Amino acid sequence: MRREVPLFITAIVGISFVIQYFIPHPPFSNLSDWFSDWFSIIQACAIVLGALNLMKISFLKVKDKKPDWGYAAVIIVSFLFITIIGLSEGEGFRLPGTKFDWIYNFIFIPLSATMFSILAFFVASASYRAFRARNFEATLLLIAAFFVMLGRVPIGDLLVWFMPEGYQLSNLASWVMNVPQAAGQRAIMIGIGLGVVSTSLRVILGIERSHIGGGE
Amino acid sequence: MGLKQLRIFKYFSFIIFSLIIINSTFVIAQDGADSTALEVVDSLTLELQPQPATNITAKDTPNDEGGSIIVSWNLSADDYAGGKVTQYKVFRAMLTDGKVGEFEQVGENTAGAESFQDGNVDNDFQYVYKVQAINSFYDENAELKEFFSESKISKPVSSSPQWFKMYTINTLIGVVLLCFFIIFYINQASKGKKLFIRKLAGMEAVHEAVGRATEMGRKIFYVSGLGDMDNMQTIASMTILGRVSELAAEYDTYLDVPVCRSLVMVTAKEVVKGAYSKAGRPDSFQEDQVHYVTDDQFGYAAAVDGMFVREKPATIFFMGQFFAESLILAETGNSIGAIQIAGTAMPSQLPFFVAACDYTLIGEELFAASSYLSKEPKLLGSLKGQDIGKGVILVALIIGVILETFNIWNFSSLFSVID
Repeated sequence: MRREVPLFITAIVGISFVIQYFIPHPPFSNLSDWFSDWFSIIQACAIVLGALNLMKISFLKVKDKKPDWGYAAVIIVSFLFITIIGLSEGEGFRLPGTKFDWIYNFIFIPLSATMFSILAFFVASASYRAFRARNFEATLLLIAAFFVMLGRVPIGDLLVWFMPEGYQLSNLASWVMNVPQAAGQRAIMIGIGLGVVSTSLRVILGIERSHIGGGE
Repeated sequence: MGLKQLRIFKYFSFIIFSLIIINSTFVIAQDGADSTALEVVDSLTLELQPQPATNITAKDTPNDEGGSIIVSWNLSADDYAGGKVTQYKVFRAMLTDGKVGEFEQVGENTAGAESFQDGNVDNDFQYVYKVQAINSFYDENAELKEFFSESKISKPVSSSPQWFKMYTINTLIGVVLLCFFIIFYINQASKGKKLFIRKLAGMEAVHEAVGRATEMGRKIFYVSGLGDMDNMQTIASMTILGRVSELAAEYDTYLDVPVCRSLVMVTAKEVVKGAYSKAGRPDSFQEDQVHYVTDDQFGYAAAVDGMFVREKPATIFFMGQFFAESLILAETGNSIGAIQIAGTAMPSQLPFFVAACDYTLIGEELFAASSYLSKEPKLLGSLKGQDIGKGVILVALIIGVILETFNIWNFSSLFSVID
């Protein structure tokens, strides 16, 4: 039963979603919204589980003085601090001017932005490795990337000022992005579509069971 | 009555009569003035009033769940660039026992528009519509002036839900065909027929990657991305996690699964627990192997990056839906020298994984990976069916390119999808 019930629910929900795409008549038209609502309800309940799990693991780490327990202590303090601040401000805790809002704007957002900004450096180091002309394909990638990057900045067109209108580097960059790049991406998307259908069918038919812990 | 009195009466009658005559003349004169004014107003109205919209038809909106009627009309003769029509107003009335109720405005559309969709009707009630062609403008005193003409009333109509979206017929045929191929090959595989499946380099390397972690005595990290359990990539990721954790259990190597969605945590815990049991090592499973970090994208990236740097895992799997954090994670993993296997169906993140990871499962390979790792005939059969579907699409693409290039037939219209 532990396997059969989830498989049965998965099959019913999966088939309902397929049917509602083709049949607009009630009750099928409402199934998608109905299941989405259920998903949101379960998701909301699961957040408590996630938060409890985080706290439990962090507390145990601090209690047992496991390696790097200091980070776990920071998690506990931060979690409790922001929770207390939020609760103390009542319903309007997200309104502008509240302490919660201040923490969000002046601590959380800068921290997120800092992480995001690291991406620029990682792009540079990854590009350096990817664009090394080790073989024919990598050389093609390097050449294409060179022209696309140059075509994306004003100096690119200035460098080929003698070329007629429509044959500038910006046009070349647009062509690379709109034709070969788009074609490649569409091919990947077609494959993804087929993969999604195939995986869905395996899950709906109960052939694929590893997501519920496997077993016959 | 005496003569004098008669004379007085005569004079009095004359005065009264004169007064009546004067008054009548005045009234007639006034009426004449009014009638002239009316004629002036009418001619102004006629001059500014647009011709009405014609041929009003109302019909139930097709392929919907009801509650909607499409009203269409032929443009007013005055609806042209610089013409009198500035907009159309649509009015609706309910029909009860054959009697037309009171009309109320249900919408408007700009000049040049020939239809309006009324999405606020009740199914199975009968309605009639009429359309006003409007000429509105501000006069010299900045007052809004509006002149209109009404169309005839449409025939009664009612809305009802349909049982099939006709425009999805091509999708239905495609899905049925694909499902047929997949089920056919699953059956073939079940009967023991040998199926050729091309090698996936990334999946071939899974054993090597897990073995490497075992030899080095270090952890394996499995990152399932930002998607929640309603995302197909996350579901595919969970199926791969099942296979990877089974291998990790067999090799007795610690598998760490930090997740950023609570529901994924619950599912991943079940998956890993089940895999450890299947591998015959249920005691090796630890509750905190699968743990929730945060729902925030960059908070998650920062936490996982920190774990990578501190714990220096030998192997890292990135399987699922990734966004901007993909390169932040993969480059950090690369910097600590871990063997990295990634897989995602996010085309924009694939180049980052290709640049930073040792192996990358591109798009469909992510969905095929679990079947590939399991080596179960039924699952491999589904991959074969998927490949046949791909072959059909390839043939359709070649035919389409030829026909469309020479403009022979509008072949691409067969594949149009409206949603």
